[in-house]
Amino acid sequence: MKLVVVSAGLSVPSSTRLLGDRLAAVAAPAATAPEPAPADVRVIELRDLAVEIAHTFTNGFPAPALADAFAEVASADGLIVVTPVFSASYSGLFKSFFDALSVTDEDALAGKPVLIAATGGTARHSLVLDHALRPLFAYLKAVVVPTGVYAASEDWGAEGLDARIGRAATELAALVAGPAGTAGRPAGRPLPKRDSFEEVTPFAERLAALSVPGPSPAP
Amino acid sequence: MQFGIFTVGDVTPDPTTGRTPTERERIKAMVAIALKAEEVGLDVFATGEHHNPPFVPSSPTTMLGYIAARTERLLLSTSTTLITTNDPVKIAEDFAMLQHLADGRTDLMMGRGNTGPVYPWFGKDIREGINLAIENYALLHRLWREDVVNWEGKFRTPLQGFTSTPRPLDGVAPFVWHGSIRSPEIAEQAAYYGDGFFHNNIFWPADHTKRMVELYRARYAHYGHGTPEQAIVGLGGQVFMRKNSQDAVREFRPYFDVAPVYGHGPSLEDFTAQTPLTVGSPQQVIEKTLAFRDYAGDYQRQLFLMDHAGLPLKTVLEQLDLLGEEVVPVLREEFAKGRPANVPDAPTHASLLAAKNAGREDQEKEGARA
Repeated sequence: MKLVVVSAGLSVPSSTRLLGDRLAAVAAPAATAPEPAPADVRVIELRDLAVEIAHTFTNGFPAPALADAFAEVASADGLIVVTPVFSASYSGLFKSFFDALSVTDEDALAGKPVLIAATGGTARHSLVLDHALRPLFAYLKAVVVPTGVYAASEDWGAEGLDARIGRAATELAALVAGPAGTAGRPAGRPLPKRDSFEEVTPFAERLAALSVPGPSPAP
Repeated sequence: MQFGIFTVGDVTPDPTTGRTPTERERIKAMVAIALKAEEVGLDVFATGEHHNPPFVPSSPTTMLGYIAARTERLLLSTSTTLITTNDPVKIAEDFAMLQHLADGRTDLMMGRGNTGPVYPWFGKDIREGINLAIENYALLHRLWREDVVNWEGKFRTPLQGFTSTPRPLDGVAPFVWHGSIRSPEIAEQAAYYGDGFFHNNIFWPADHTKRMVELYRARYAHYGHGTPEQAIVGLGGQVFMRKNSQDAVREFRPYFDVAPVYGHGPSLEDFTAQTPLTVGSPQQVIEKTLAFRDYAGDYQRQLFLMDHAGLPLKTVLEQLDLLGEEVVPVLREEFAKGRPANVPDAPTHASLLAAKNAGREDQEKEGARA
């Protein structure tokens, strides 16, 4: 069982990263309960990948460290994605990571449980979760956890954030683990992907779909 | 094994002088580069096809016909011919004409193009790109092999009793390569017909090229054309050389940094580490090119991109001297070592004609026995 945190925080230390860590700390043991060992948690800091993310757009392919991050995301059982709010939306770096991911593999997030979270200087931007992040991940075919978590600066010194973190992380854990009593593939687990290299459509089928006869025998 | 060059035909300002060549200068430079390719002992010259600035080669057979008249040995090809937006009837006619004029020194490479608006400019729908490539090529394939064609398809007006003229030279269709960077469907198409598959091998990491070539080889065998090792594979490559590798890096960096397609991106060092691009000494080019065999197997055609990003003609001609004198002779020798005897060379008009005549003799013998 693996959870991956994608953090678009820029400063060190970062409240965005802190929120991601808090969510993972609750979700990891809940996802594997009653097993004593919590889910494996990996954190991807987009700041470290900023240049490679930009180069994906100039090159058309991800450089090695970014390709590794994409592989981590693709193999995750659940994702926790956290962005700071920039200009009333997710940050450009955050969006660019998922743009580059979907250019490389458009179904990377299909069927994957995703917990959305954001941080900002003021609570006035809290609807960024539902107006920006939720539609983005719906488009990417992810299963978005019902509760998103928004943390304004003031929330770090107030009551209530803990409860929201607990609720959202538990919802993610439930999706990742699947409904109780379900054997086999958990509900939120992505369908096995079709690899166009492994399963080639026989050419005769493509010709037939166009009603084109096959090649004539050599004269 | 064949060695040659392929050109995009871009008109790009020289970043070191700011000067942009005129279209006439660029077209004449492409011809000079082709003639030089023959002079230094290369086998193939291939031109791209584009229908928008900053590119000049919109009419490949016009250019290749002119080059044919001024060369003796050089094989004339394309990189690529747009099978999606060109009328397959016109491709059949144009390349059969070129084949006659060039005494069989021609083949061509099918591609889908990389500029979205070309589709609507030619009345086509980009979402049908793969289907256009499949249907148009199916028609082209018949036009070169059947004297009279009746045809009805999804994308083109029907044909009744149509004969494409001139008929291919000696009744042998030009050899066809299918080029694709990342579409498994095209590798499958090349395999189905037993045609060649070409990977441009420039902008992508080697493991990607490897996957495409492996798929093509496996499917080539699946369709009964031979073993996977006998499939006809071509690769691109991009190099810049000076005797001293540091001179090559110093001279090429300003062109690399602002080059169309990958400029303003990663550093020259990162890009050479991650892709087949080599900037260095002839020996470094030899080593990196020989390593292509590690992931593509023994292959048939190696084309280098030499003239782009605003490199002046004089520099390109110097590059071709280095390629022809110091690199290709060594590559020919080294690639021949350990190459299994049953791996064929790339088909040429002569080899296809010989195969056809051998087939006919076999048939006649069968007939005499019956």
